[in-house]
Amino acid sequence: MGSSPQLAILDYGMGNLRSVEKALEKVGARAFVTSDEEEIAAADGLILPGVGAFPKAMERIRELELDRMLREAVERDVPVLGICLGLQLLFDSTIELGGAEGLGLLTGDVVQVPAGGRKIPHIGWAEVTWEKPDPLINGLRPGEPLYFVHSFVVSPTEDELVGTASYGSRFACVAGKGKVWGVQFHPEKSSAAGLRLLRNFKEICS
Amino acid sequence: MSDLKRIIPCLDVNDGRVVKGTNFIDIRDAGDPVELAERYDAEGADELVFLDITASHEGRDTIVELARRTAENVFIPFTIGGGIRSVEDAKAVLGAGADKVAVNSAALKRPELLGELAEVFGSQCVVIAIDAKKKEDGTYGVFLNGGRVETGRDAIEWAKEATSLGAGEILLTSMDRDGTNIGYELELTRAVARATDVPVIASGGAGELSHLTEAIEEGEADAVLCASIFHYGQFTVGQAKKHMAMHGIPVRV
Repeated sequence: MGSSPQLAILDYGMGNLRSVEKALEKVGARAFVTSDEEEIAAADGLILPGVGAFPKAMERIRELELDRMLREAVERDVPVLGICLGLQLLFDSTIELGGAEGLGLLTGDVVQVPAGGRKIPHIGWAEVTWEKPDPLINGLRPGEPLYFVHSFVVSPTEDELVGTASYGSRFACVAGKGKVWGVQFHPEKSSAAGLRLLRNFKEICS
Repeated sequence: MSDLKRIIPCLDVNDGRVVKGTNFIDIRDAGDPVELAERYDAEGADELVFLDITASHEGRDTIVELARRTAENVFIPFTIGGGIRSVEDAKAVLGAGADKVAVNSAALKRPELLGELAEVFGSQCVVIAIDAKKKEDGTYGVFLNGGRVETGRDAIEWAKEATSLGAGEILLTSMDRDGTNIGYELELTRAVARATDVPVIASGGAGELSHLTEAIEEGEADAVLCASIFHYGQFTVGQAKKHMAMHGIPVRV
C-alpha cells in the first residue's frame, strides 16, 4: 500500500457524492464512486456517504448487497467512514419513518435531534467537543466548528463515542469502533478542518 | 451555546465571470469566481453565494460549470441563485456540487416551485431570495429586475408564504441599501426575522464592519451577505469575524 490509497465512495443512488470525491482528491487520496463488488473489494478504505431517508437508503444498500460488502470489508480490517446519513446507517436501527434496521457495525439507535423545540433540520456550523483521543481527529482543535445538515442523531455507547456537539442539547456527532467511524457533520463542506479529518482517514487507510 | 452567525461573501457572475472586478493583488484572475471563492474559503467565509445574472439562454450552462469547478476547489457550502426555474435547473447545479439554490422571480411567478424543490431536495436546499424596497406608506414591497418592477406583494407576507411553501432560508436584500455602503436595512431585516422561523440572511448596504454586527444584533439576522467590502479588499473575512467576536457575537474562527 502506498501513500495514496484508493478510497471507494459507496454509491447507492442517494445524495450528491461529487463533493466528497473532490475533497478526498484534495487531500491526496484516489477516490472513486462505485457500487461494483470488485472495486469495493480492492479498495484501501470505504466511504459510506448519504443524504435522505434512512429506510430508503437501507433498502437500496441491501438491493446492491453493499451491506454484505461492508461487513466483509470490516472483517478484513479495511477502514470505513460514514458521513451524515452514512454515520446513522452504521448503527443498529432508526426510528425514522416508522423505523428500520441498520448495518449494526456501531452500537446504538438513531433518534430525532433533541433540539428542545428548536427548528429541525439542524443546519450550520457547530463546535465539536472531542470526548476521547482518536486518530481520525488528529490535529483538530477542541471546539472545532464543523458543518451540519441533519434531522436525526445517533446514540452510541460511551466507549464508541468520540465527539459531541450541541443544538438545543448535546448530541453525539462522531463515533468509532475498531476501524469503523462515522461523522454526523459534512467534512467535505467544513473547510480546512473537514479536509484535515479526511486526510487523517486517508492516512489511516495508507 | 448559541448558533454561530455566518458571514457569506456574494459573487455576481455573468457568463461564468465575476461581474464586479476585485483589487486583490495576489489574485491572478480577478474575474474568475472560483479563484475568488477559494480565497474566501481560506479567509474563513462560512458559506458562499453565487448570483448568476447571465441573460442569454446559452449562457446558462456556464453556471453548472461554475458549480462543478467550485466543488473541486472550495470546501464550504455554496448557494447558486439566478435563473433557477425548475426542479431540473436545480438538479443540474446541486448535482454539480452546490448545496443550495436561491430562487427569486421564478417563485414569484409560480410559488408552487418552492414546494416542488423542497419535496425533491429538502427545504434545507431551498433559499427564497427577496428583493424588497420601502414604499411611500412605510411598508416593504417585493420588487423584480433590480428594483424596477413592483410585484404588488408585501415583503413580510411573501417571506411567510415562501417559507410555508418550502423555502428553508431567506436571502433578504434591501434594494434601497444595495450598493450604498450605508448599512443594512435593519427594520426590514428584523421584521422578516420575527415573522418567520427560518434563518434570515441580511443583504444590501454593508460598508463598515459595524454594519455586520448591527445586522445580527439589531436586525436579528442569522447571517450577513457582503460583496464590495470584501471584493475591493477594504476588509478581510477574518477582520470581519474578529470584529463580530469582539462584540460578543458567536462566530466560527
